[in-house]
Amino acid sequence: MSTATDAPVTAPPAFDVERRWRLHPRVALRPEPFGALAYHYGNRRLTFLRSPDLVALVEHLADQPSARAAFDAAGIEARRWPSFEKALTSLAAGEFIVPDRSEEPS
Amino acid sequence: MTALTDQLAQGLNSPICLTWEWTYACDLQCVHCLSSSGRRDPRELSTDEMKAIVDQLAEMQVFYVNIGGGEPMLRPDFFEIVEYCVERGVGVKFSTNGGRITAENARRLAAMDYVDIQISLDGVDEETNDVIRGEGTHARVRQAMDHLRDAGYPQFKLSVVMTRQNIDQVDAYEALAQEYGAELRLTRFRPSGRGIDTWHELHPTSEQQVHLYHWLLERPHVLTGDSFFHLSALGEPLPGLNLCGAGRVVCLIDPVGDVYACPFVLHDEFQAGSVRDEGGFAAIWRSSELFASLREPSSPGACASCGSFDACGGGCMAAKFFTGLPFDAPDPECVFGHGETALEALEAGGGAVRPSVNADHSKPIGVGRKRIPVTAL
Repeated sequence: MSTATDAPVTAPPAFDVERRWRLHPRVALRPEPFGALAYHYGNRRLTFLRSPDLVALVEHLADQPSARAAFDAAGIEARRWPSFEKALTSLAAGEFIVPDRSEEPS
Repeated sequence: MTALTDQLAQGLNSPICLTWEWTYACDLQCVHCLSSSGRRDPRELSTDEMKAIVDQLAEMQVFYVNIGGGEPMLRPDFFEIVEYCVERGVGVKFSTNGGRITAENARRLAAMDYVDIQISLDGVDEETNDVIRGEGTHARVRQAMDHLRDAGYPQFKLSVVMTRQNIDQVDAYEALAQEYGAELRLTRFRPSGRGIDTWHELHPTSEQQVHLYHWLLERPHVLTGDSFFHLSALGEPLPGLNLCGAGRVVCLIDPVGDVYACPFVLHDEFQAGSVRDEGGFAAIWRSSELFASLREPSSPGACASCGSFDACGGGCMAAKFFTGLPFDAPDPECVFGHGETALEALEAGGGAVRPSVNADHSKPIGVGRKRIPVTAL
């Protein structure tokens, strides 16, 4: 038998603004008036992306070498970065976004 | 309310929590059944109609559906439609009484992706469960749970509706769920369906509710389907959205295709249309007058002077409606006792006029059905 409680507990990698991140392949985004609803078909979690800026940022994370560069590319003012970092930290904790392995040297 | 719940209250492009009941047929006659199920309705949706709904839900990006009934596994095309949902990227969470979870079906379900199972049990022992769900059902559910475990089904949900008789067993449910590697889900008993008649004797006492609130606060991993948001008036909010989602983030498609504001209000007053109408489900969700009115801010009415209105929003619409209370009255189980006072006032004024369900599919007494006297509970 395999259950979630038997599975080895591996915490998802903590958010690091210097790394390249991408949307988890099993996450779907649905546009909503407040931003978007995100659903993870793997862990069945549901979360809210509470602003259209955050939605655009998350969709284009993988286009930039780091999350910090993605903030810049999305035209987000530096004073708002801490709130976006906080949002991405929580998305990383729920594995909605994951580090993009393609950045790592093989 | 937070800015997010304010926005959710105004409605979404698509529902978050869509309940879809596949049949009114059920081999059980639980005394609290919210849909008064029992007999199949001859007008139930055909396989093709069901698939057309799935297509539309996929288009609307409804991530998953909560399948219920009746007993959904009694539909001969059950697996066919489940598989069709999964193919179209619509996840399936289905609620079952476990009667059809044979060893073979358990293996079949374990092999499928995107399929979550919720098994109903209403007492940790036979004595407590069987008066609610029927003779022999405790043993049958335990067998279904064993089959799922033996089949390697990863993690099912064990679902219990909280009543006066079973609510004191919460620790035992937690232990049982743990034994099976299952998740525990506790939900609120609403006076809907056959519950209209049984709720008054079976709903938890106020002391039991307060105990449950603290128990749940300590266990954020226990699922509740957001059903106890009226308890958030006690202080710290319980995890979840804490709002009445009817027509806003929640709705119901019944087995004949009628669309209601929530699973607990099978009544004309809350029927928004039928999926068989032009435009189907999407048109109803987006432009029904009923849903538009539910997305308007609600009046606090009798709760206006209570400092906790922001926390509980006045409670559950269905619970008020089926106990005969107006929509701007307190929830009948208001934690400050205002609901009880309102119910007493109704009685003193000549008795509450309690609405009945739209379509009662209960089996006639005597045809495979024994009425369980409420006084025996």
